[in-house]
Amino acid sequence: MIRYLNFLWRCFRLSFVGDWRYTLWMFVLTVAVLFGVNAYCKQFVLGLATTGMTDQVSWGLYIANFTYLVGMAAAAVMLVIPVYVYHNRELHDLVIFGELFAVSAIMMALLFVTVDLGRPDRFHHLLLRFNFPISMLTWDVIVLNGYLLLNLHICGYLIYCAYRRRQPSRLFYIPFVFLAIVWAISIHTVTAFLYSGLGGRPFWNSAVIAPRFLASAFAAGPAFLVLTLQVIRSATRYEVTDKALLTLRNIITVAMTINMFLLGSELFTEFYTHSAHVASAQYLWFGLNGRHALIPWIWTALAMNSVALVLLYLPASRRPPILNTACVLLIVGVWIEKGMGLIVPAFIPSPLGEIVEYEPTLNETLVSLGIWAFGLLLYSILVRVTVPVLTGELVDEDTAGNAFGPERPGVSVHEPNRDAVPLGGPALRAASNPPRHLSPNWESVP
Amino acid sequence: MTTRIWDGPSAGDAPTTRRSFLRNSVAAAGGITALAAALSPLRELAGQADFSVAQFLQKHYKEMSAQEMEAALERIRSEVERRYEIRPHVRDIRPQAGVEFVYALNLSRCIGCRRCVYACVEENNQSREPQIQYIRVLEMPRGTLDLEKGNHHYDRPTVPDASHFYLPVQCHQCANPPCVKVCPVEATWQEPDGITVIDYDWCIGCRYCEAACPYWARRFNFAEPSVPADQINPEMSYLSNRPRPKGVMEKCHFCLHRTREGRLPACLEACPTGARKFGNVLDPDSEVSQILKTKRVLVLKEEVGTLPRFFYYFDERYPRGLDPDAAPIAESLGHLPAPDDPAPTEHHS
Ligand code: SF4
Ligand code: SF4
Repeated sequence: MIRYLNFLWRCFRLSFVGDWRYTLWMFVLTVAVLFGVNAYCKQFVLGLATTGMTDQVSWGLYIANFTYLVGMAAAAVMLVIPVYVYHNRELHDLVIFGELFAVSAIMMALLFVTVDLGRPDRFHHLLLRFNFPISMLTWDVIVLNGYLLLNLHICGYLIYCAYRRRQPSRLFYIPFVFLAIVWAISIHTVTAFLYSGLGGRPFWNSAVIAPRFLASAFAAGPAFLVLTLQVIRSATRYEVTDKALLTLRNIITVAMTINMFLLGSELFTEFYTHSAHVASAQYLWFGLNGRHALIPWIWTALAMNSVALVLLYLPASRRPPILNTACVLLIVGVWIEKGMGLIVPAFIPSPLGEIVEYEPTLNETLVSLGIWAFGLLLYSILVRVTVPVLTGELVDEDTAGNAFGPERPGVSVHEPNRDAVPLGGPALRAASNPPRHLSPNWESVP
Repeated sequence: MTTRIWDGPSAGDAPTTRRSFLRNSVAAAGGITALAAALSPLRELAGQADFSVAQFLQKHYKEMSAQEMEAALERIRSEVERRYEIRPHVRDIRPQAGVEFVYALNLSRCIGCRRCVYACVEENNQSREPQIQYIRVLEMPRGTLDLEKGNHHYDRPTVPDASHFYLPVQCHQCANPPCVKVCPVEATWQEPDGITVIDYDWCIGCRYCEAACPYWARRFNFAEPSVPADQINPEMSYLSNRPRPKGVMEKCHFCLHRTREGRLPACLEACPTGARKFGNVLDPDSEVSQILKTKRVLVLKEEVGTLPRFFYYFDERYPRGLDPDAAPIAESLGHLPAPDDPAPTEHHS
């Protein structure tokens, strides 16, 4: 226990340490978080009138971000499935970064629902009278928190084992890994059901919503990981192979193709039928009764996604700059498609046919940026403390004692044991005492 | 070797020197100041009555004992008194057995004057600024029930307009209410007399019910509601027209503080044309039962399966051929099926 607290304390101290780039990055994020906190305090005092939402468009930027982030969190499994189901070696060491990202994304998603509540002070009512299983929102509460715990457990356990140079016991995490795979699909499916189960909102009331959610998430999530893995690769000794990135590229390409196909079938059904059902889609893509605030958004998203998809199919995107361009386009494109393109139009026109447009306010935007900054801050810290643990630079003094000699009081981050740890080698592998076999497929890794 | 972003001037485990201590202290002080500045808007909360310990500890409506309910009512009374300097008469009025309320609205008569809208606002202490109204009257072109063709904001020197008809919409008190289904905390539910109510002290303000309602009947308090003190209606009840706090949902409740005691809804009383009818559908002699039996009745958006308790109807009592007053025509047409004859095409398979 003391050891564990000591571990947390060392991680905490470590998160403040870095060169000027790290400090600057963290400083900027902290400032953004504080602006967000300030904006949220204003909202807390004055009510949700500080947002652009109305009785007509009663969900906006917050729920859009929430939806997007649930998808990003679910996408972590796209690293896990190839590793544990298809025994893909390249991605094996990277699974942990996917799961850390899932943890950060879920935290952000939960924050986004919380800031969307009119009465966050009554949050405990959820514990006292939980409308389960009737309300889909209660399902969401369960699956999101469950997913958070699952991922915290898996990452925390593996990292702490690496820190203690212990071999993780399969029993303690393999079942959870498989549970997390199923669970990840469920979080985004339940979130989709939140919308598609509403008969009064024809735009959402479609069976294709859940598959589309998953497809777009499995494109945008890995795209985000491609970017972060490259940052990790260039900034640390941690090794990320090109092959791993290319595997992710394949996943993104397939997921995005499916997403575009589903979008196409949805558009065909809406516009070819051209029933009264089409009103929201009409508003979104072409405008309705002279109102067209969403047109620039959705066409931008379509353009970005299409360009990204074409790039991904070109062999040129095997090169990092092109791949990165495609990923950035896709991350933004899918964000627009899910937010401005899926949440907002369902409210326009209103069920009584009134057209009231929605535009986020500055305050609402600041709160959202603050939450994003918080999530990135969290992810940066998690990755920042994980990498030295995995590369064997941060290990438990007691366990490491024999490796470093009894007289060494601790292990400096500066001076990793370079003899024991192959430079740039994935770290769990490097944990030499007890040796090697930290996870199921590890034995076969050369 | 690649540069490492994380190699800083001092490592996490490096011993503390006086300089690093000083630097850390300055950074910490700066951080705390910035946080305090960020939190500063919260100071304004001090004056707000929204957050009280009593309300925080209050139970769900259905779980409160008689004493707890009395305590809650007393809290509401004193809050109203402090805020509006008027002693209200707040009660918890329960449904009567053997009653199921139904509303019927005569589309042949409604002239679109919006008196019901404003009577409702006054009766139910709805916020005047920002404005909250439970009833929305649509001006519909003839020949359609497509709500998207309706005009919500018609503004004419005189109503009605000959080329339109008027369609007032409020909560339909659905028998299969999607709003109740989706609420994560059971803050809204259907009472035995068919009225869907909201516990304003339980709602967490997630607005899921507002997204679920196919009739756009729900209203959210995006800001602190405000009613001029001299316009407060002091006859209040827990589940209906007591003042609402900000951040919670509200909607039409068929004036349950009136109707559960045998009076009529305020919107009905305000209607100058008698287009609105209200009553107990379980009583076969009530006016609404008669209307449902004899008039040409329809409900809005039947396809969403919500089974509304709000019916629209037209004056004509029977299809022309079956109107007793038009007997000669019926005779001249020969045999006409009686209403309860099986239709010849409906064979069971
Ligand atoms: S009309 Fe809307 S608010 Fe009223 S009961 Fe039906 S679904 Fe609920
Ligand atoms: S807004 Fe209130 S009443 Fe509506 S679903 Fe949320 S908690 Fe329930």
